[in-house]
Amino acid sequence: MSKRVFVTGLGIISSIGKNVSEVLDSLLNSRTGIGEVKILNTIHRDIPLGEVRYSQLELAELAQISQSKGFTRTSLLGIIAANEAVKNSGIKVRDDKRTALISATTVGGMCSSEDLYLDFLNPESKNNLEYIDTHDGGDSTEKIAEHLGLKGFITTISTACSSSANAVMLGSRLIKNNLADRVIVGGTDALSKFTLNGFNTLMILDKELCKPFDENRVGLNIGEAAAYLVIEGEDSCKERNAKIYCEVKGYGNANDAYHQTASSPDGVGACMAMQKALSMSKLTPEMIDYVNVHGTGTPNNDLSEGKALANVFNNKIPYFSSTKSYNGHTLGAAGAVEAVIASLVMNNNFIPPNLNFKTTIHELGFSPVTKLMTDIKVRNVLSNSFGFGGNNTSLILSAI
Amino acid sequence: MDIFINGVGVISPQESNSGFPDNFKNYSAEYLKCIEPNYKDFINPIQLRRMSRILKMGTAAAKLCLTDSVVEMPDAIITGTAMGCIEDTEKFLSTMIENKETLLTPTSFIQSTHNTVSAQVALMLKCNSYNYTYVNRGFSFESCLLDAKLMINDNEANNILVGGFDEITNNHFSITKKIGWWKEPINSFELLSSKTTGSIAGEGTAFFMLSNCRTEKSYARFAGIKTFFMPSDKNEIKENINEFLTENELSLSDIDTVIYGLNGDIQSDKVYYSINDELFNHSNSLYFKHLCGEYHTASSFAFWIASEILKYQHIPEILFVDAKQKSEPKNVLIYNHFQNRNHSFILLRK
Repeated sequence: MSKRVFVTGLGIISSIGKNVSEVLDSLLNSRTGIGEVKILNTIHRDIPLGEVRYSQLELAELAQISQSKGFTRTSLLGIIAANEAVKNSGIKVRDDKRTALISATTVGGMCSSEDLYLDFLNPESKNNLEYIDTHDGGDSTEKIAEHLGLKGFITTISTACSSSANAVMLGSRLIKNNLADRVIVGGTDALSKFTLNGFNTLMILDKELCKPFDENRVGLNIGEAAAYLVIEGEDSCKERNAKIYCEVKGYGNANDAYHQTASSPDGVGACMAMQKALSMSKLTPEMIDYVNVHGTGTPNNDLSEGKALANVFNNKIPYFSSTKSYNGHTLGAAGAVEAVIASLVMNNNFIPPNLNFKTTIHELGFSPVTKLMTDIKVRNVLSNSFGFGGNNTSLILSAI
Repeated sequence: MDIFINGVGVISPQESNSGFPDNFKNYSAEYLKCIEPNYKDFINPIQLRRMSRILKMGTAAAKLCLTDSVVEMPDAIITGTAMGCIEDTEKFLSTMIENKETLLTPTSFIQSTHNTVSAQVALMLKCNSYNYTYVNRGFSFESCLLDAKLMINDNEANNILVGGFDEITNNHFSITKKIGWWKEPINSFELLSSKTTGSIAGEGTAFFMLSNCRTEKSYARFAGIKTFFMPSDKNEIKENINEFLTENELSLSDIDTVIYGLNGDIQSDKVYYSINDELFNHSNSLYFKHLCGEYHTASSFAFWIASEILKYQHIPEILFVDAKQKSEPKNVLIYNHFQNRNHSFILLRK
């Protein structure tokens, strides 16, 4: 279990950019991608979304797929980001048995099936048959695997909003156990009316831009994204003299076991996940320079996560911000989106501010970073991803 | 490190408690449905009212497994499901379409996520430990096994609750029938003699307690797992079998029993028959999908069959493809594939 695991490739597409450099530029310019509904065909025009502002055809073009029938938006986003990560790392993956793919998603192909469901149900209809077997979570993963010509282990994780953080964790464990040399880890989730309406019934959506960790926060904005990282064992890195972004130093997974959708008041599961990650990384809490918080902007999450932070960091809270104020909450992709951001933070010496923040949460008494910090050495980043079902995961990424 | 199967909890279209039933059930319906227990024996009635069928089946099977293994608190809960909670997903989706995105309630949305069962089990047990859900078609249950193996090898857990589940609904059945997945209704026991494409749909939920030490409850050892995606030809499958056996320090002749995922589709079954003829002529050839139907996590039902065979050293006649026992079961290989895309080998040993 001693083998070290490094991040050697990044790929992302979200509402703030269609690739790593666009996303970095948005972060450095405090530009949010959340706004008016343009793409999703919903009646809820008054709820802001973090949409990737490209149509199906434009996404197919970005993914370099000429015949995109049978490809869901989730798959196309996934292919675009996975392609970029692989290219960025410089690894050759086609037919390589030692490259694995661990992807994550929450609703998979729902973005297509919700529009085609009546057609699916009509026994007479022969339309859109190629979309019937794209509804499940594995479809986008297998589309990526086929596109890249992968021959190694592949799987898909769905643990709600912590899904792709768990993909990073499993990928690292595969490398440490010598079951793979390189793993493409990440997640993809396209916006769907299903999730928008689902979160809407839970009354946790903000009709304005979300205000993570603000006393007057009212809820989250949902978004869509795909993000992948190439992670690699140290031997493989050395062998090919790979460019290294950072090291996967620690991870922890715990279950809050409190409620299907709400977090426990004191963030028991969140605490455990952070502590496990810290103990594995052998870092002390003071050595964490920046926390990319889960910070959805719901009253429940931010208070519970804040209390967990206070507990873990013994009230000496490191710099922290929620980048969900840029991308929105991208559900199954969020953990990987934020791991990509953590890598960018360390390699570009900055901390992105938490947007839309005004007032400190009274019960917590501490606030996120609200102005862009540049020329700052960030050595260790803690990234939190918590989800429905109490599924909590924390990652620690470290500069090398 | 040896991994022991120390408990089972299975809800399937058969009477599938600990120990094989005296008689297996024959179906001629469009699809095979689970024989459900009296849930009041496992779940408190207030919770029960809000739970969908798969959630009830999943939590009940997990409880059966905990009781069977005499483990109160597992160190990890890992589930695999390709389709997740279909009934709740369909419910929220149809209401959303019918009501044009208005007048919706959250319950079915909350319960539609794939991790609902593993989360519910954690909630029931107040279990704060590692909790994962895998959702990759015919690799879903297999991924649980691999994850559990890593955890035990790394000394991260002593007792791991793993489970596979998928449910069938009317709508899911008729939608997937349109793309040729299913045959016209046949007698389930005659699955292999239909000479047509498509299989017979089924469902099930199967939980197991995987542990790092032997107990008096131990059924068998879970020795290895390998998955591979879209092999280009038969040789690639053979290559994978050889690699897998080498990793487990076994040779072809050591495998006395093979459980094939034969599902009655004359096209996709071909590969099983040729692997059997070319590599495992000496072994007992078994199959199981005439008992549980085809679904993405059907290999979890085969895992139960293999556990029972090894524990009781008895192979029910109904499992034989060619009706004769050639040797005592010691090393059982499960070879399954879903739609010729997701291939897997699982090895259980006495």
